[in-house]
Amino acid sequence: MAERTLMLDDVRISLGGTELLAVDLTVNAGEVVTIMGPSGSGKSTLLAWLTGNLPSAFAASGRALLGGTDISNLPPEQRRMGILFQDDLLFPHMSVGQNLSFGLRGPDRKSRIADALASVGLEGFEGRDPATLSGGQRSRVALMRMLLSEPKALLLDEPFAKLDAELRGQVRDLVFKHAKNQGLPVLMVTHDVADAEAAGGRVITLRS
Amino acid sequence: MVRLLVALLLIGPVAAGLVGVVLPAFGYFPSIGRTTFGFDAFRELFMWPGFVPSVRLSVTTGLGATVLAVIGASLISAALVGTTSWQRLRVMLGPFLALPHATAAFGLAFIIAPSGLIVRLLAVLFGWDRPPDLVIINDPLGHAMILGLAMKEIPFLLLMIIAALPQSDFDRRLQVSGALGYGRIAGWFLTVWPAIYGQIRLPVYLVLAYSISVVDVAIILGPTTPPPLAVAITRLMNDPDLAMRSKAAAGALVQLGLVMAAFSIWWAVERMCRAFRNGIINGGGRLPSAEVTKPFGKATAYAITAMLIMGIVIAALWSVAGFWGFPDLLPNSFTLRSWARRDALIDAGMETVLIAGAAVVAALLIALSLTYTDRKLPTWLLYAPLIVPQVTFLPGLQTLMLFAGLEAGFFPVLIVHLIFVLPYVLLTFQGASDAWDRRFAVIGAALGRSRVSIFVRLQLPMLIGPLLGALAIGFAVSVGQYLPTLLIGGGRVETLTTEAVALASGGDRRLIGVYAVAQTIAALLPFVIAALLPAIVWRNRKGMTHG
Repeated sequence: MAERTLMLDDVRISLGGTELLAVDLTVNAGEVVTIMGPSGSGKSTLLAWLTGNLPSAFAASGRALLGGTDISNLPPEQRRMGILFQDDLLFPHMSVGQNLSFGLRGPDRKSRIADALASVGLEGFEGRDPATLSGGQRSRVALMRMLLSEPKALLLDEPFAKLDAELRGQVRDLVFKHAKNQGLPVLMVTHDVADAEAAGGRVITLRS
Repeated sequence: MVRLLVALLLIGPVAAGLVGVVLPAFGYFPSIGRTTFGFDAFRELFMWPGFVPSVRLSVTTGLGATVLAVIGASLISAALVGTTSWQRLRVMLGPFLALPHATAAFGLAFIIAPSGLIVRLLAVLFGWDRPPDLVIINDPLGHAMILGLAMKEIPFLLLMIIAALPQSDFDRRLQVSGALGYGRIAGWFLTVWPAIYGQIRLPVYLVLAYSISVVDVAIILGPTTPPPLAVAITRLMNDPDLAMRSKAAAGALVQLGLVMAAFSIWWAVERMCRAFRNGIINGGGRLPSAEVTKPFGKATAYAITAMLIMGIVIAALWSVAGFWGFPDLLPNSFTLRSWARRDALIDAGMETVLIAGAAVVAALLIALSLTYTDRKLPTWLLYAPLIVPQVTFLPGLQTLMLFAGLEAGFFPVLIVHLIFVLPYVLLTFQGASDAWDRRFAVIGAALGRSRVSIFVRLQLPMLIGPLLGALAIGFAVSVGQYLPTLLIGGGRVETLTTEAVALASGGDRRLIGVYAVAQTIAALLPFVIAALLPAIVWRNRKGMTHG
């Protein structure tokens, strides 16, 4: 079980001596845990710490264990910690295929990229310019790009906030479905109650 | 580490140069056996009959050009921001900025001289058969020089205004002021301009310091007997009699004093304008008459565009002109003879490209290492070498080199060029570099990519357009340098600009035309490449085309 869990062991983050947040939490494989709280409560700061991008003004203590390994002191690129933001952040100078290839690990690259695109209804999109895609299509490419890099956990930073209401439900279901299929522990930060309800897992509320 | 080195590079020569003028100005000049401190150099300078008129000229031309440039840029932006004319003008601003001052000055001379384009048009109209006997260029009051400086500084200020616009919230402010009954121009000056001016203040002071101390434009368009102080200092520095150097050093310090005095005058002018504006706001007048400046702002934009472009066109015509009689609008015959005197041209061209190329490569390496380490330099540091007049610290640097027995030549010139190239490259590039969304790097790392890979494959390709643009500006800045090349090169480094300015007194219009065209090509070609290259490389990437 430890192989597929994300464990936050007594994590405390402070700014200038003031404690912003304290979290002690285990996210199991295939589980989505939602962290809610007003802006300024340090939700995104926690994700920045988990990905290894905490600005130096902050101080953090505690450990993050991913599949039993302490990743707290690893460089960002070795953490296998996937993340999706509210913007798709597709690399504008690369084609859709190159975007996926940039993250993909391992062999059989062409066929795996084709399969990944097909699995989200984007067959044959390899050569497309990301700027010509619709918002929903771009979100799907961003999701597959992250999954092809074979992360061991997935972080979601208000990932659906910029999608319009109709699209939001579809993309949300798609992200949760794929994360569950791959047995990823998912930690989602949001201030949208509907996101938390759709996730169907535990909800942790941070105070401001 | 990089930042410390760059800070030393930008501040070191300026500080050393200041020491190098203070010592000889107060009598310490061992190279000619003077080691006692005193005020002889200043006394000699003040005794020179031209001293007071040349100081007066420096102040009037410098302040005049700055006033004209600020009024011009504010009227143009008031009339045009948000219109299609503004979009068209925007495209031209980069090349206008890149054009060396000396080239623009020659271009203006070709237009307004008694035998220039404007008089020829009038002559055709009124049937004159000889040019009027008027002193227009090098006029004793410096009007031609003021015009030439303002024409070149307005595009610079407009670029700074463009950078300041996003934070000024101009469209909504204009809507609100419009709803309150203010016309566009009144609304602009009462609600938008204060926000913009706050951000372009440093560049405005830069224009003032530059205009009051400029040498090349003054040699080409300015009064000659006496010339503005900066030109007089340059002449003294080039005097074979080394004793003249202490007088020059005293002049260099007076020049610094002039700049500071002009700064305080400008500061007082700013206060008065603010008080004036507050008076209008408190009075609540809607100033409907302000709208009459609108066509004037538009006309200024067109006039500057026309003068800068026509100046180069006429320079190009002169460079291939055979006989060109007055008042004909085109040469009577064409010849390539002026281009055939090639050796000096090719040597100067090679030297220009070599220096500019090396300076730009150095600036590129510095910009890249700052970007890679995610560090930036404070703006004041970048402005420091631009605010202190060249004609104040370069003579000092030359004198120090003399003390230390350092050879003048290519390498010192390169270093001094870099002092001026680097601030422009970094000021231009840092904006785009700051605006790069750091979350791309977070995504890259989450995908398992190293910092180097993120830098090379994500950050650089996405910033290549702004980076090339900044380097092109840096190249043009180097091409346009006159005084650094002249003083630090010790007469041994000859670039297109030093050669061109040297031609000013000779009046060989064909050869001036050749050098003006060569300067234009050297300054603008990198610009064209920087604009086209990303557009070609990213032709299939819509998300990259806005820059």
